[in-house]
Amino acid sequence: MNFTLTKEQEFVKQMVREFTINEVEPIAAEIDRTERFPMETVEKMAKYHMLGIPFATKYGGAGGDNLSYIIAIEEVSKACGTTGVILSGHTSLCVGPLDMFGTEEQKMKYMVPLAKGEKIGAFGLTEPNAGTDASEQQTTAILDGDNYILNGSKIFITNGGVAETFIIFAMTDKSKGTRGITAFIVEKSFEGFSVGKLEDKLGIRASSTTELVFTNCIVPKENMLGKEGKGFGIAMKTLDAGRIGIAAQALGIAEGALDEAVKYMKERKQFGKPLAAFQGLQWMVAELDVKIEAAKLLVYKAAANKDAGIPYTVEAARAKLFASEVAMEVTTKAVQIFGGYGYTKEYPVERMMRDAKITEIYEGTSQVQKMVIAGNLLK
Amino acid sequence: MNIVVCLKQVPDTNEVKIDPKTGTLIREGVPSIINPDDKNALEESLRLKDEHGAHVTVISMGPPQAEKALREALAMGADEAILVSDRAFAGADTLATSHALAATLSKLDYDVVFAGRQAIDGDTAQVGPEIAEHLNLAQITYVEKVDIIKGGLKVRRAWEDGYENIEVKTPVLLTAIKELNEPRYMNIKNIYDMFQNKEVKVWNATDIGADVALLGLKGSPTKVKKSMTKEPKGKGELVQLPANEAALYVVSKLKENHFI
Repeated sequence: MNFTLTKEQEFVKQMVREFTINEVEPIAAEIDRTERFPMETVEKMAKYHMLGIPFATKYGGAGGDNLSYIIAIEEVSKACGTTGVILSGHTSLCVGPLDMFGTEEQKMKYMVPLAKGEKIGAFGLTEPNAGTDASEQQTTAILDGDNYILNGSKIFITNGGVAETFIIFAMTDKSKGTRGITAFIVEKSFEGFSVGKLEDKLGIRASSTTELVFTNCIVPKENMLGKEGKGFGIAMKTLDAGRIGIAAQALGIAEGALDEAVKYMKERKQFGKPLAAFQGLQWMVAELDVKIEAAKLLVYKAAANKDAGIPYTVEAARAKLFASEVAMEVTTKAVQIFGGYGYTKEYPVERMMRDAKITEIYEGTSQVQKMVIAGNLLK
Repeated sequence: MNIVVCLKQVPDTNEVKIDPKTGTLIREGVPSIINPDDKNALEESLRLKDEHGAHVTVISMGPPQAEKALREALAMGADEAILVSDRAFAGADTLATSHALAATLSKLDYDVVFAGRQAIDGDTAQVGPEIAEHLNLAQITYVEKVDIIKGGLKVRRAWEDGYENIEVKTPVLLTAIKELNEPRYMNIKNIYDMFQNKEVKVWNATDIGADVALLGLKGSPTKVKKSMTKEPKGKGELVQLPANEAALYVVSKLKENHFI
């Protein structure tokens, strides 16, 4: 067993850390306050090949591995959870399924510009009545000559308002249940496609989370991703990989919050000595440090399994369950360490606490992760 | 155009502490970085490459671990890297270092040699100009802007209170200051490509054909007599006033403390 990063992974980590300090951290509070999507950051990430890290260069990627990509999400999330989910949503949920299930033609047409970061991607599975139970898809896709006609709507779609390419799930045959779900590649410019309401959220406020509406939306037959009726499996496999990304986002948020708390403990004095001199707080940060390290090992292991081509469904579920709960605990305690200041927008820990909460919810709630883990134990 | 960038791996002095007893740097656990001014020299060379086409070679004299700095330069977009490394170089002052680098350069084709103004660990600003002297090259220091013109370069050299525009024929040696540009980051695609397809060549004292008497400790006339650590000053007072009021305030303070 080897716990050492490769030279490539070390370099990626250093590069993303420098990028984060100069480009991400300085605007993190502002974009949270104004709910402004950081398009300039996305353009810079594209320039440095950060939007297609784990994909082959012939498909527009950087030719890297999955663990490097996970480390990149972790590093940007230390300063800004929003930027973390923009990167993760695009890479894992849109470019990922194209890489796993796309035909050569689909990869050339759609994956290349996405992996190069020339276009932003998104993934649409969730509907008003199909959340944790994703099998209850009500969006329909009816074959009409050379096209499918899509009708219905999707909600809570990350990158919804800024993406140009979407992976969309719809029922092609309602009578078959989950075996009647099919995946499609939908372009923003397709007739009948529109972006609906922008959500006003607790955290990750600068990420564009929207509704998508399909009104007789015309999707060419060749834009079917994978085979007809195989969409549910595609969605689940995509989410298995996506969960490692969200786990890395949670891990980064937790690390960022602990760094802030430690820095503050050395500066802030009460009763004539720095907070760092109080054993009650020393023990608090020691416990948080151990939990973060444990979360990191789970996240990296899931990513390493994916790189090694061995199963990672359960590993990803464990990593996301644990890392997201650690993120919630660390950020809450970081606010506690900061006291009244921590509750204000003068310091970043309240934002980190708000950003952390979503990691326990999206791409499968903590309860869903437990279903996956228990299902594996009790099968 | 062939550009050779001289760069040095230095401890990140933002993170360095000084041992108060010995007066030396505590280097343990301090990250090593590309010297900031050298990074500006590299960035400008890469910009010239992007805009006009050029072959950019980075060279560094240092211990084996300096390979990391050269690898970082390759990941930023340099074409080739040479680490000049030999026990014979150990203990080199600026003069001995400049002899080693000049000897290395004499084995290479170049139109422009680009160095940083000075390194953050030694702060001497001597190595660049010394290399130019050994190689009989024109040199322009404190460079804050570079344009390519027919047969050479148009360079803006910074002064404390202004600048001068100089047109120069190549070959030439330039030294960069931080005002020159904003260095790019490593490119992630380059990181993978570089580790797979590019090597850092290692040249020793024999490879560069230098006179051994001019290298390392033997070739270093600099002797450190004594080093000391400045007493840390207390926090200053920051006063924001219009210039005339500020002057009066300073005078009143000087009087108050019986300096005038």
